[in-house]
Amino acid sequence: MNPLERAARRRQLRFALVTLVLAVVPAFLLAPDGAGQRATFVLADARGERVVLEPLQVAVTPTVVTLAVLIALLGALQLARDLGRRAPVAVGAAAGLLVLAVLVWAGAGESVSVVALLRGTLFAAVPIAFGAMAGVLSERAGVINIAIEGQFLGGAFAAAVLASVVGSAWAGLLGGVVAGALIGVLLALLTIRYQADQIVSGVVLIVLATGVTSFLTSQLLSVNPDWNSPVRFQATAVPVLGDIPLLGSIVFRQTMLVYLMLITVVVLQFALFRTRWGLRLRSVGEHPAAADTVGIDVLRTRFRAVVLGGVLAGVGGSWFTLEAASQFAKEMTAGRGFIALAAMLVGRFSPVGALSAALLFGFSDALATALQRLPVPLPSTLLRTAPYVVTLLVVAGLIGRLRVPAADGKPYVKA
Amino acid sequence: MRLELRGITKRYPGVVANDAVDLTVEPGEVHGLLGENGAGKSTLMNVLYGLTQPDEGSILVDGVERQFADPGDAIAAGIGMVHQHFMLVPVFTVAENITLGMEPTDRFGRYDRRAANATVTELAERFGLPVDPDALVGDLPVGLQQRVEILKALARDARLLILDEPTAVLTPQEADGLFESIRGFQAAGRSVIFISHKLREHHEIADRITVLRRGRTIGTVDASTSEPQQLADMMVGRPVILTVDRAPARPGDVVLELDGVSVEAPDGRLLVDRVDLDVHAGEIVAIAGVEGNGQTPLVEALTGLRPVTAGTVTLAGRDVTGADRRTLLRGGVGHIPEDRNEHGLVGGFTIRDNLVLNLWDDERFAHGRTRRRDVIDEHATRMMDEFDVRAPSTTTTADALSGGNQQKVIVAREFARPIELLVAAQPTRGIDVGSIEYIHGRLVAKRDAGVGVLLVSSELDEVTALADRIAVMFRGHLVGPFPAPLAKEVIGLMMAGVDPAEAMAGEAA
Repeated sequence: MNPLERAARRRQLRFALVTLVLAVVPAFLLAPDGAGQRATFVLADARGERVVLEPLQVAVTPTVVTLAVLIALLGALQLARDLGRRAPVAVGAAAGLLVLAVLVWAGAGESVSVVALLRGTLFAAVPIAFGAMAGVLSERAGVINIAIEGQFLGGAFAAAVLASVVGSAWAGLLGGVVAGALIGVLLALLTIRYQADQIVSGVVLIVLATGVTSFLTSQLLSVNPDWNSPVRFQATAVPVLGDIPLLGSIVFRQTMLVYLMLITVVVLQFALFRTRWGLRLRSVGEHPAAADTVGIDVLRTRFRAVVLGGVLAGVGGSWFTLEAASQFAKEMTAGRGFIALAAMLVGRFSPVGALSAALLFGFSDALATALQRLPVPLPSTLLRTAPYVVTLLVVAGLIGRLRVPAADGKPYVKA
Repeated sequence: MRLELRGITKRYPGVVANDAVDLTVEPGEVHGLLGENGAGKSTLMNVLYGLTQPDEGSILVDGVERQFADPGDAIAAGIGMVHQHFMLVPVFTVAENITLGMEPTDRFGRYDRRAANATVTELAERFGLPVDPDALVGDLPVGLQQRVEILKALARDARLLILDEPTAVLTPQEADGLFESIRGFQAAGRSVIFISHKLREHHEIADRITVLRRGRTIGTVDASTSEPQQLADMMVGRPVILTVDRAPARPGDVVLELDGVSVEAPDGRLLVDRVDLDVHAGEIVAIAGVEGNGQTPLVEALTGLRPVTAGTVTLAGRDVTGADRRTLLRGGVGHIPEDRNEHGLVGGFTIRDNLVLNLWDDERFAHGRTRRRDVIDEHATRMMDEFDVRAPSTTTTADALSGGNQQKVIVAREFARPIELLVAAQPTRGIDVGSIEYIHGRLVAKRDAGVGVLLVSSELDEVTALADRIAVMFRGHLVGPFPAPLAKEVIGLMMAGVDPAEAMAGEAA
């Protein structure tokens, strides 16, 4: 066995141990609690679906024990076989089963809406996915964008004001996009034209956006409440698709920005990895000198990528005031711009990866909300730390190796 | 293509990089461009390739004056450049790299992989330079990456190819392959500008050679009628001694003994694989090899910059396996690191401070916690004089010095304290011929004074000129050492991984 294989094997053994520990929790902590009780899972939300699925009832203790056994089997599998690159998948599956066990346990004697939980997951993923895609665009082109939080705030503020004044959510979205793009232009000017430190520039823009929106909120919006009562996007069912049992209720009875998110992910994934535009954008983020010597305008390509990223972040910011809340409030983005950065890293700088990470983080958010309503002794704040824990694991290289675009963060200076 | 550069002048603040340089390249000619670092070769080529604009002078392509505002213009005029540091994106495929900037697309702007691959395959066949269009460039060996870089220029229909130090990263055998390709272009009527500081290569491949010195054209000579000595003198501007004078070594006791030394990367990859080697006092043992075959980690392990993961290191009879750098330095190890800017010097510090970097708490230079400025300065003055460091004063910062002078500062520092073993890694990389000559002389003098010298070099000329015994490193394994002299061809074969017995037999036959 060569050292590389040895290291991989050691790693898998560690994973196996973690998995076995995960099995202990449901087997010994959760199973005894729900003896004789049943948990009810609601599979439809009765908002006009054609087919209404019956709620699913399960006996708590047998289900939790079964899940514990499955987790233990996954652990045993890792001990027995060399899974290679699939080892993290086994750990992930075990973690998923554990979450399921917790849900069954928490739902003892209660009912849990699966539809609400998963729909909430998609909904909460919107700003994170858009923010992460903003980061992907910018960093694939070689510019670090940590200003996403600021772009969210600017976007949320502008969306609230425009949707209030014009009286249309679409106008609000346009306002959010323009605000996000403007902050993108500032970032691009600072980092590309003036070659300022990219981290410092990002931080400065966050502080700027926070200050300006807070100031305007207290000076303008609190005096003119009319300017802060945006017309919001309402959930709309997609014809036909919205009638698919379960899936339709979760995915196709959503709000506009959820649909926009799904479409954007597909389009951007294709554009980045299958088109000339994407090849050139990535080339300036990997080896700008190489791009320059074949006639690609590095600075212009980067500038456009950063501004387009600003547009996406602006859409993400609009979500706060056009979908999530009924009005703009100071610092309402509450650090989601940083979670978006985390999603970008966990998603390995790809739009599909960013969406997956955003869904994972959205799920921990929705789960925390769901558990709050159940009589269980589990602090929901603990669940809300999940994004940070997962990000730490990825950045520390425990789940595969993270490859950052080679020229990310480095200003390009011509010879 | 007939290319003519007339009176090219390019000034940078404080220096004239090119001073009225003339250069004419005939169709189908391989034109060598020779000069030391800083002679203005790179500036001239950047001007020709549109990367920078000249202050004066004109560029004529087939008799027509052209202006190159950016590389795109130069490419359009039929000029291709193979950069010393490849302009390739390692995570892109061969085809993506070759077609970047001229990508075939369908109506929707989608990158047409199939058409790109077909273009590459067709080019590769036409020029006899086979590559796999779908391979990731980062996975290819350096020689193949260079081939991709050449194909990239040919895909843009380059009729004049600029090769900037193309052999620096190749084994001698790979270099032979490159020369064959160059002759192929030449036969097809294409012109080549060949840049190298290795005299031998110019004689092998060039038709005519133009020598630059301090930004000026010194002259253009026919390769067939010129002698290496003449070119070296033109390049340096004074008579140069190309061979190193040295008496046979008189080896003494073993100063360094490596027994099964292995070094692993943090991710577990084996970088150095069970190396056995001994270095005696009073001899120079050279480790040759193409860069990236484990020489760097081995040197780092020997000098305490990286842990030894298996085996033992013995220094003058003491086991120093795993000893930290300080212990090793104080125990008599001198180190000329491979990258003088990264590891050798603190660029923003003055010469005098750099000269005592590893002696800062020596009682000669410090009273307890206070430094003795006057002594340090005096020491610097003496060292600069003794080691021919050319700088305005002892307080000049290290990054203001030329490469050769920086290297002399390092040599001075390492020679100023008593050492038993000197580890010299690429000691003359990127410095001028005059400084090379000087440092080589110093290394031999140190050997004659009874120090064991371990020389790590990827320059074959340096290895054969200095070494008493020669070993070769290939993929982490060390073969040898064998007593010098050893034919360059044999060393070259071993550098490419050929079994030593076979390499020597092949040479004998």
